[in-house]
Amino acid sequence: MSPSHTTRSMLVAATLGAATAAALAAIVLPGRAQSADPASVVGIDNFTFTPQTLTIKPGTTVTWTNRDDIPHGVASSSNAFPKSKALDTDDSFSFTFTAPGTYRYFCYVHPHMTGTIVVEAAAGSTATQ
Amino acid sequence: MSKSDHDGGVSRRQVLECMTWVGTGVLWTVAGGVPHSLGIIGEAAAAQEASGLTFLQLSDSHVGFDKPANPNALGTLEEAIAKVNALPNKPAFMIHTGDISHLSLQSQFDDADRIISQSRLDVHYVPGEHDFLDPEQKFYRDRYGRGTKGAGWYSFDANGVHFIGLVNVVNLKAGGLGDLGADQLEWLEADLKGRSASTPIVLFAHIPLWTVYADWGWGTEDAAQALSYLERFGSVTVLNGHIHQVMQKVEGNVTFHTARSTAFPQPAPGAAASPGPMKVPDEQLRSMLGIASVTFKQNEQRLAIIDAPLKS
Repeated sequence: MSPSHTTRSMLVAATLGAATAAALAAIVLPGRAQSADPASVVGIDNFTFTPQTLTIKPGTTVTWTNRDDIPHGVASSSNAFPKSKALDTDDSFSFTFTAPGTYRYFCYVHPHMTGTIVVEAAAGSTATQ
Repeated sequence: MSKSDHDGGVSRRQVLECMTWVGTGVLWTVAGGVPHSLGIIGEAAAAQEASGLTFLQLSDSHVGFDKPANPNALGTLEEAIAKVNALPNKPAFMIHTGDISHLSLQSQFDDADRIISQSRLDVHYVPGEHDFLDPEQKFYRDRYGRGTKGAGWYSFDANGVHFIGLVNVVNLKAGGLGDLGADQLEWLEADLKGRSASTPIVLFAHIPLWTVYADWGWGTEDAAQALSYLERFGSVTVLNGHIHQVMQKVEGNVTFHTARSTAFPQPAPGAAASPGPMKVPDEQLRSMLGIASVTFKQNEQRLAIIDAPLKS
């Protein structure tokens, strides 16, 4: 997959609904992991979101990928973004964060698993939601 | 856990320490009020002879699971049911303490029903978190929830024992454990009101109703509230699944017990990086899967619980 193809796919993903974006992300992720900023990826390994806190610029699409042998789910703690479908092994979910703020989320299957997405204000400072 | 823990018989304390055992099922005997584990299914036959009521506990079938820890979870469920069918005395019924399916697919529920129905026993289900993964969270309730309240809780009576099936796997909150919720607690309090304190109570739910290991979410946020309603009862037995290993604890009038999975073992609390499926050598797998049998004896103080591995 060429870099330009990957970029176009991600733009499409960012403008579609979250469920569709997740499906597309599953397809484009391998190419993207090598060619784009890895900081916009959250891994789910050993019942842990990695990194625990991810700081991004507005407009960044975050993709969670489950690499455990057990399904997980991603849900906002304050309903700030739509929850993922159940993610089986190697399934992904993507959401594009446009508004600056701090977004806490958890695994709705195993709620002791938590993580945070910080979307920086355009100027670079961090707003708290 | 060292091997020496198993030497010279197994006390309740030692059972607690034997957390790496995961089972096929537990045979429960209700004897004069207190459920009692009888050990493994092979030993169950003797215990059944003098019993008033014997029922089986099946748990964590995870039908659809096909990862290295057990590439054929449907096959091991079939083996567990074959073991049930081979019991010399037919149990009165089964309870299933959740995670029937792995991903809440209709095909997985279909496969589970096809196998479990071969036991020709009535089965009283409660859901695990894996049974509520369909987007609308309706497949479990459509199939198993008839006559239940809320997300699927209910009670029934058998041989003078009051059974209560609870749901602690829905509306889970960020950072929390299993959760019963206010509506279910209110129903539970009302369900117990007016019952004689001498009525033996068997409470069953998927996630343990005592905190086994909070770091892995192995507990229920508001279980203490539920158990407070049971303080006046002389015999309370709490049967859970979820952790895919046998653990037992006795606290005052309450006996807590978790059953093995029929699908795959999980590590002892804190013994691995995560509670995920534990891959063991193929020849060990069936010793860590199982079912449980419980017998209630009218003239004894405890329910007898037998945890029976698929293969010892």
